[in-house]
Amino acid sequence: MNHWYHQWRKIKSYFVSGLCLMCAALVVAPLALVLFNLLQKGASSLDFAFFTQLPRPVGETGGGMANAIVGSLTLVGLAGLVGIPVGVLGGIYLSEFGTPRMNWAVRFAADILNGTSSIVWGIVVYALVVGYSAYAAGLALGFMMIPLIIRTTEEMMALVPNGYREAAFALGISQWRIVLNIVLKTAGKGIITGILLAAARVAGETAPLLFTAFGNSFWSHKLSEPIEALPLQIFTYANSPYDDWHRQAWAGALVLILFVLALNIGVRVMTRGRTPHLAK
Amino acid sequence: MTEETQLRAVKSTPPAQTPNPASAPAAGAGSGVTFDVRQLNVWFGSNQVLHGVSLQIRPKEVTAIIGPSGCGKSTFLRSLNRMHDLVPEARVEGRITLFGQDLYAREVDATLVRRRVGMVFQKSNPFPTMTIAENVTVGLRLNGVRQKNLVQERMERSLRMAALWDEVKDRLHDNALSLSGGQQQRLCIARALAIEPEVVLMDEPASALDPLATAKIEELILRLKQDFTIVIVTHNMQQAARISDQTAFFYLGELIEFDATGRIFTNPSKKQTEDYVTGRFG
Amino acid sequence: MNSAAVSGKTRPPTRIVLAPPSKTGDKAFRLLTWLMALMVLLLLALVGWTLCKGSALSVTKFGWNFFGHSNWDPVNGDFGALPFIFGTFVSSFVGLLIALPLSLGTAVYLTELAPGWVRQPAISMIEMLAAIPSVVFGLWGMRVLVPWLQDGPYPLLEKYLGFLPIFRGPISGRCMLSAAIIIAIMILPIITSITREVFRAVPDSQREAAFALGATRWEVTRMAVLRYSIRGIFGAAMLGLGRALGETMAVTMVVGNADKISASLFSAGNTLASKMANEYAETTAGIHLSALFELGLMVLLVTVVTNILARLLIGAMGARKLAGT
Repeated sequence: MNHWYHQWRKIKSYFVSGLCLMCAALVVAPLALVLFNLLQKGASSLDFAFFTQLPRPVGETGGGMANAIVGSLTLVGLAGLVGIPVGVLGGIYLSEFGTPRMNWAVRFAADILNGTSSIVWGIVVYALVVGYSAYAAGLALGFMMIPLIIRTTEEMMALVPNGYREAAFALGISQWRIVLNIVLKTAGKGIITGILLAAARVAGETAPLLFTAFGNSFWSHKLSEPIEALPLQIFTYANSPYDDWHRQAWAGALVLILFVLALNIGVRVMTRGRTPHLAK
Repeated sequence: MTEETQLRAVKSTPPAQTPNPASAPAAGAGSGVTFDVRQLNVWFGSNQVLHGVSLQIRPKEVTAIIGPSGCGKSTFLRSLNRMHDLVPEARVEGRITLFGQDLYAREVDATLVRRRVGMVFQKSNPFPTMTIAENVTVGLRLNGVRQKNLVQERMERSLRMAALWDEVKDRLHDNALSLSGGQQQRLCIARALAIEPEVVLMDEPASALDPLATAKIEELILRLKQDFTIVIVTHNMQQAARISDQTAFFYLGELIEFDATGRIFTNPSKKQTEDYVTGRFG
Repeated sequence: MNSAAVSGKTRPPTRIVLAPPSKTGDKAFRLLTWLMALMVLLLLALVGWTLCKGSALSVTKFGWNFFGHSNWDPVNGDFGALPFIFGTFVSSFVGLLIALPLSLGTAVYLTELAPGWVRQPAISMIEMLAAIPSVVFGLWGMRVLVPWLQDGPYPLLEKYLGFLPIFRGPISGRCMLSAAIIIAIMILPIITSITREVFRAVPDSQREAAFALGATRWEVTRMAVLRYSIRGIFGAAMLGLGRALGETMAVTMVVGNADKISASLFSAGNTLASKMANEYAETTAGIHLSALFELGLMVLLVTVVTNILARLLIGAMGARKLAGT
C-alpha cells in the first residue's frame, strides 16, 4: 500500500471520529440547554409565594402554583391507588402462575398500551367518567400506570432465583405465602423502583389531563371537582399571551423537571445496591 | 387432646380428611421402614431418567445415594418429597410409601408431605432479605405458629442441632448472607430442622464447601441420625463411606446395588459397583 | 431451658402444631392475580371499544372520506382528517431523518471511541433526556428553540435552498420543521440506546480481527460493527418512529395548529395527537366530538401497527422497547 493512500485512510478515520464526537455533543446539548434555560428563566420565580399562593385572576401579575403542585401530588396518589395493586398483582401472575398463552396476550396488550400516545387515555376516560374531576384524571393516569408496572414487576419477580422458591417449598409452606413473603420480598426493591419510575412518568404527563382534569384556578375541595396539575398549568400558561404567566410557566417547568429527575436519580441510586441481594 | 396427640393427628393423617386422632395411624406405623420405594420410574418429557428403582429406607439411619453424574441420584431424592410436582414436564410412576402411606396418592397434600420430609440443597440458599433468626424460623412462622417463645425455643434448638448456635448466638439479627458458605449451609440445615420433619433429604450438601466446613457438616449428620432419618446424595464416595449406614449405587437411572455401607465398599456383589467404588470410572 | 434443649440430642416433650395448608388460600391468590393480569387485556379492549363507540357517528357519516378530506369545519359539521395524517407522518419521518444519523454517530462514539470517564456520564445524561416531560420540551421549544430557528437557521435555509418546495416560504416559526426537530430531540435517547446495545452485541473478536488486518478505526467500525448491525439499526429506527408517532404535547406547542397540507416544511400544520390536544376545550357532544374520537382511534391503530411491525422485525424484545419498558 502506498504511503499517501494510507494517510488518506487515516484522515478519513479521524474525520469520522470527529463527526461522531460532534453527534454525541449534539445529542447531549439539548439536555444542557433545556436545564440551563429552565434555571435561567425559572429559578428567579421560585419564591415562597410561588409555592404557597394560588394563581391570580387573568391578567394580573403575581400569585403562585400551589394548587397545581398539590394537584399533581393528589393525582399521582390517586393513580397509584389504581395502578399499583393491579400492576403488581398482575406482574406476580405473569411471573409465578402464568400460562404461555395468557402471558403472551397480556404482554402484547401491555406493550400496545404502553406505546400508545397518552392522549388516548384522556379521551377514553372522558367517555367513561362524567365530568371533569380528580377522580377522572387519577383514573386516566392510573390506567396508564398499570401496563408500566405490570412489566417491571414481572421482570423483577422473574429475576428471583428459583433456588429460593424450591427451598421454601421444601419447608412445606403454602404457595401463596411463598410468593408474597419470600419471592415478592426478595424482588421488593426492584419492584419499588419500577413503581417510582412509573410515578415519575405519569407525574409529567399532560395529555391525559386535558380531557379529565380540566384545570382549576382555585383549590379543589372535592375530588369530584376539576383539579389543577403542574403539567397542565404549564401548558395553559405557556399558551397564554401574558408575560407573567410565561414567567410562571418556566418556574413550574423547573419544579416539574427537578421532581422527575430527582425521582429518576433516586431510583438509579437505589438500584446500585440491588444486585448483591440477588447475587445467588 | 394433648399436644402430642394433636400433632400426630395433623402430621400423620391422610391430609384430605380432617385430623381425627382415633383413625390416624401413628408415625412409625409399619415401622422398620421409612420409605418403601417400588418400581419408581421418572420421566422428564420423553426422557426416562429413572428405571424401575426399588428399595427401602430404614428409619434413623443415614442412607447414601452414590453414582456418577447424571445417574439419577438427585431425581430419586426429589421423588421422596414430591419436589417434582413443581416441574410440569416431570412424570412419576411407581409407588413410594412414607410410613406406610402412598406418597403420590391423589388425596395426599404435597405440602404436608414436605413438612415431614425436609430438604437441604447443594447450593445453600438462605433467604436474602431475612436475618439469621428469621431464616431459621421462617418454616414455623409462615406455617402458622404464632407463639413467640415457642418459636424462639425451636430456633435455638435447631441452631444447636445444626452446630451453629455458638457461632451466631450474638448475631441473630444480622442478615443471613453475612455468614460464610459453610455457616450458610448449616443455617439451611437448621431451617429445615426447625419444622421438625421426620426425614431430612440432603442433595450434595457439602459439595460447594471447603474440607473444614465439610467435616463439620458430616459431624452434624452423624449426630442428627439419632433423631432423623437421613438420605444423602453425594458424589464423594469417601464421604458416603464415612457417614452412611446403607448405600445405594445408581448408574444410568438404575439402582445397581443397595446394601450396608461396609459391604458396598469392601465387598460389593456387582462388578459395576466394584468398578465405581474402586475408581475405575466415575 | 431443660437439658434436652441444651444438648439437642433428644426430642423435647412438647411438639408444635403447624397450621394445615389452605388450598383455598392458594386458589384465591391465583385467581386474584389472574384477574389483575386479565385487567390489562380488558383495558385494551375497553380502550378499543370506547374509541370505536365514540367515533361511530363520525365513521358512519364520513366513511372513507374522513381520510381523504381536508376540511375541518365544526360550524358546518364537516370533518376530514387528511391534514393531520399528513402532519403526523411528515413530522415523524422528518424527525427520524434528523435523529437517526445523530443517534448512530453518538452510538458509535459511545461504544467505540469514547474514553471510559466520558462514557458513563454521557449515557446518564442521555437517559435523563428521556425523562424530561413532553410539556417541558414544548415550553422550551416554543419559547427558546422556535424564536431562535425563526431568526437564524430558517431564513438561511429559505435563502439558499428556497428553490426546493420543502423550504419555500413564507416562514412560520411554529411549523412542521419545528415539530420535526423537537420530535428528533425527544427520540434521540431511545434510538441511541438501542443502537448502542446492538453495537455492544457485536463480539470484540470481530473488531480485533479487523484491527489485525491493519484497518483504521473507522474501517474497523464499518467492517466489523456496522455491517452486522444493519437489522438492529433498522429496528432502532422503527422504535424511534413509533415513539415519534405518539408524541403529543411538545408537538402541539410548536407545530402551529393549522389544518392544512403544504409541501413546505416551514408551514404550520397539525398532527393527529396535536389536533386532539388543541380541541380539548371545544368538546361539545355530537359529530365534532365523534370526529375527535375517530382521530384517537387512528392514533391507537398507528400504535398497534408499529408494535406488530416491531415484533415481526426485531422480536418481542423490540416490542417491549417500543413500549418503553
